[in-house]
Amino acid sequence: MGGLLTEAFLSSLFTGAIVAAVPMLLAGLGEQMSEKAGVLNIGIEGMMLMGAYMGFLVAFKTDSLWLGFLGGILGGVLVAIVMAVLCVRLGLNQIVIGIGLTLGVEGLTALLHHFQFSRTYPRLPAPERLNIPGLTDLPVVGPSLFGRHPIVYLALMAVVVLALLYRRTNLGMTLRAAGERPAALDVAGGNVLGVRIFAVLFTGAMAGLGGAYLANIGAGLFIPFMTGGAGFIGIVLAMLARGRPLWVLIGSLIFGAALSMTTALQVAGSNIPTDVIQMLPFAAVMLVLVLFGRRAKLPSALGASYERGAR
Amino acid sequence: MALATENPTNLSPETGTGVIGVHGVTKRFPGVIAVNNVSLAFHPGEVHVLLGENGAGKSTLVGILSGLQEPDEGYLTLNGEKTRLASPSASLDAGISTVFQHSMLVPTLTVLENLTLGAPWYERPPRARIAARMEELKREFALSLPLDAITGELSLGQQQQIEIARALLRDSKVLILDEATSMLTPQGAQELGQRMQQLVKSGLAVIFITHKLAEAYRYGNRISVLKQGALAGELGPEELKSMNEEQAVEEIVRLMFGREAGATSTEHRASSAREETVLKVENLSTQGDADVIGLQDISLSLRAGEILGVAGIDGNGQKQLAEALAGQRPLASGRVELDAEDITRASVAQRRLKGLRYLTDDRLEEGSVAAFPISENTVLKDIGQPPFWINGIERPSLIARHARDLITKFSVRTPGETTPIGRLSGGNIQKVLLGRELSGEARVVVFNKPTYGLDLQNIDTSRQRIADIAGRGMGVVLISTDLDELMALSDRIAVMEGGRIRGVVENDGTGEALRLRIGRMMAGEEENRQATE
Repeated sequence: MGGLLTEAFLSSLFTGAIVAAVPMLLAGLGEQMSEKAGVLNIGIEGMMLMGAYMGFLVAFKTDSLWLGFLGGILGGVLVAIVMAVLCVRLGLNQIVIGIGLTLGVEGLTALLHHFQFSRTYPRLPAPERLNIPGLTDLPVVGPSLFGRHPIVYLALMAVVVLALLYRRTNLGMTLRAAGERPAALDVAGGNVLGVRIFAVLFTGAMAGLGGAYLANIGAGLFIPFMTGGAGFIGIVLAMLARGRPLWVLIGSLIFGAALSMTTALQVAGSNIPTDVIQMLPFAAVMLVLVLFGRRAKLPSALGASYERGAR
Repeated sequence: MALATENPTNLSPETGTGVIGVHGVTKRFPGVIAVNNVSLAFHPGEVHVLLGENGAGKSTLVGILSGLQEPDEGYLTLNGEKTRLASPSASLDAGISTVFQHSMLVPTLTVLENLTLGAPWYERPPRARIAARMEELKREFALSLPLDAITGELSLGQQQQIEIARALLRDSKVLILDEATSMLTPQGAQELGQRMQQLVKSGLAVIFITHKLAEAYRYGNRISVLKQGALAGELGPEELKSMNEEQAVEEIVRLMFGREAGATSTEHRASSAREETVLKVENLSTQGDADVIGLQDISLSLRAGEILGVAGIDGNGQKQLAEALAGQRPLASGRVELDAEDITRASVAQRRLKGLRYLTDDRLEEGSVAAFPISENTVLKDIGQPPFWINGIERPSLIARHARDLITKFSVRTPGETTPIGRLSGGNIQKVLLGRELSGEARVVVFNKPTYGLDLQNIDTSRQRIADIAGRGMGVVLISTDLDELMALSDRIAVMEGGRIRGVVENDGTGEALRLRIGRMMAGEEENRQATE
């Protein structure tokens, strides 16, 4: 097994882990805010897919990755608006609406893509990279850690910003109160529905950005159904993270490493059977759930819509 | 401040409008009038007690003042001007803070965060400012709180102090305390009483909601009594000062339980009691917990054809007694006999088979399956039993015939036996349940609040049916919070308070005197607790 730890293997493992982790990280951070505020946002998979579709489309038409990311955010927010109106404003069942939205967006994006591109899958040009002289040239970790697209570093900054927001600001406190005991927030003069709507829209923006990253940076093209459950993994990450953004980051890296292990092992040309290699990510998911599933701690009012004075 | 310019329906003319005025307010919920044309005025420098039983409309009034509900009729005034409290934040802006019966704090937040809850999201948490203000409160009112503790880890008394501190930090002019002593130890309640006096001295108006008479007298400067949603009377500060505690409690009891003018006269039913004892309960006790009161040492006996009334303020163990008799609640100790046979260990179904029947007050949740047709509801307690089930196979035509019989016999108003029971009115559901309980050989029927929530006509027919049941030689335990009903139907009346029987009185037809005797026993807690304190 000693031959396994070659530079090629490690380099491709790190690179792959980060590329795979970023969309899950963004989705997990977004979902975390919804859950804090008491909304179980199952529609996040749909928001992500819409973000991937719109993100790719805008980047493809404008030749600008940055405009593409903006388009992705917009796509995610559009789906989130529907979710906010139905689940927060009207108080409909969050699980039913979430699943409905995900299925609806899967169909819609596949259909639109087929109209525009028929059966072809045009590619975007390779993305620009941030080059930090000296650091990027380091062996193994250099290109994977310091040669990424700037959006990766923005995602890492979001972890810090969100952690501060939850702990140090009135907004963070209001979010937590809306998820724990919305009635208490309401009688204290807070705006339960307002803060929940904000949280759902933020989730949409983060999921949309994650989807756009998946399409524009991760794959360089859009394929229908391409999110393949990344949004759902985001939900799992948010639930396991006990409200802490740092844990979403750690979780997304573990999942990302498991996913990229498949490619890395094939690159390294090990003699482990391919079937076993391809099983790895799923084994990792199960292992994480078995080990940490019990640590999930959710807000008391998660999933319950709020109606003033309901008796 | 007291602008007595418009004062249309105020009960006590000397009060004026006050800092907050309630004018002819009515609030309806489906099937109930929770608050009925109530007018009140709250004054700075006064602890104003709203006293009444459960369901008297106190909490609805609190909801209206705190912006959770809006009145259907009538209006509120703030410093003499008409105002609308459409949301909790409108109420807070008007200077009204409420400490609700159930804690309205977020248990996972720190004390400091709960104190600032509701602040605009863009503001920075004002830690230094709050800490400074808390120092002031500590000096003025001896309110001291650990700002960085997690709220859920503090005692209920401390949590209540957080809510009071929050009201003071907001510079409220009115503080509402809804059943604030219910979670506190007697000592904690006393401290709260002193604190209320401190607060009103600093110029606040305190509204103190309670159902305990002695508290009302001890802490209140003014007492308003609510009864079935309406204002039954008010004792002003001068009146209260001129009375000693005994006189005041006497007067309050009269207001709470006395006969209102214009109520239908209660004709005492001729007794149909026979010699033989059908139900005997000895030293029955059940386990209580934080939410459910425990029964202590209950002994009763019931003769055939007798109606034994059980009086008491709602929530003093009546429902637990009914459930214990029906076998739905495990006993901690004691013995129950039906027809001289020990049924202490008998299950619900066995008791029913032996002729002990229970008509719950919770008609829709516990008594019936709302979505099922009437026909299936009539045999709900016989599932799997012949003749309606043979070897586990249901016989729908037989059940339907049985249901049609019941519908005619009890004149249930319904399109047919296939109508889901949840679509019927309360009175008609009650008829179906009664019919179900009376089918077969009934010996003893336990009624829990049989006429609660029914309209007048159904109340009369229900009472007639209960009298008929006793007339046919069955024993009846009639639990009710309606003293008129008990005095009209019962042979004897047992009074429950705090999970105990405080006394059993013969219904000797002495009317008003008996009523006040019972009322005092219902409030018995105070007399007894004072003796032990």
